[in-house]
Amino acid sequence: MTTLLIAVCGGVGAVSRFVVDAEVRRRVRGSFPVGTFVINVLGSFVLGILTAALTHQADWLSPTGKAALGTGFCGGFTTFSTASVETARLWLTRGRSEGSRYAAATAVASLLAALLGLALGAVIA
Amino acid sequence: MALTSTRRRTTSVSAHRDPVLLGIVFVGGALGTAIRSLLGDAFAGPSGSWPWTTLAINLSGAFLLGLLLEALVRSGTDTGTRRLARLGIGTGVMGGYTTYSTFMVETTQLSWLPAAAYVVATVVLGAVLAWAGIAAAKAVVPIGGDA
Repeated sequence: MTTLLIAVCGGVGAVSRFVVDAEVRRRVRGSFPVGTFVINVLGSFVLGILTAALTHQADWLSPTGKAALGTGFCGGFTTFSTASVETARLWLTRGRSEGSRYAAATAVASLLAALLGLALGAVIA
Repeated sequence: MALTSTRRRTTSVSAHRDPVLLGIVFVGGALGTAIRSLLGDAFAGPSGSWPWTTLAINLSGAFLLGLLLEALVRSGTDTGTRRLARLGIGTGVMGGYTTYSTFMVETTQLSWLPAAAYVVATVVLGAVLAWAGIAAAKAVVPIGGDA
C-alpha cells in the first residue's frame, strides 16, 4: 500500500519535473540546462527539510508521509539520469569544460540546498 | 481547431500541456519510482553507510537514458511512438528511477572523506556512463529515416 502511495507521488513528481523543465526552457535560452538544474536544487532542498523534520519527530510528518513526499515526490521530481546525459551531451557538443561546469554546479548547489533544507527542517520540526 | 491540435502534438514546446503526454510521464514516473523504492527496501543499509543502492540505481539509469535517447534520435524524428518512448520511458521511468535529492541527502549523512568520494564517484561515473550509453547507441543503431 505504501509502495503504491510512493509510486503515485513519484508520478506526480515526474509530471511536475516535465512541466517545470518546459516552462523554464521557454523562458531561459542557451546551452546550460537550467530546467534540470533548478529541479535538482529545489528537490534536494525539500528532501532536506523532510529528512530533518522526520529525524526531529515533527508532529506534521509521519514516516509514511516522509516516504510518500521524499522517496516518492522528491525522488520522482529530481533526476540523476537526465543530469548525466546533459553533461555527456555538453561534453560532446561544447567541450569538456562546459559539461564539467554544469555537473559541478548542479552537485555543489544541490548539496548546499540539501544542507539548507536540513537546517530549516530542524527549526520548523 | 484541428490544425491547432495537430500543432500542439508536434511541437515539443507545448508537449507539457498535452494531457495524454502528461499521463504517459505520470505512469512512467510512478513505475520508475516504485522500482527505486522497492530496490531501496530490499537493499537498505544503515543510515550513514555507503549508499550502494542509490549509486547502482543512478549509474544504471544514466547509462540506460543515454542509450535510449541516442537510439531514438538516430532512428528518426521525435514524433509518434518515438516521442511516447522518450517521454514515457526516458522522462518518466528513468527520471523516476534515478534521484538527485536522495543522492544529496545521503551525502550529508556521510563523514567528509566518504561524502566527497561519493559525490565525485557518482557525478563522474554517471556522466561517463551516459556518454557510454550514447556511444553504444551510435555503434548499434543505424541512422534511420523512417518518420
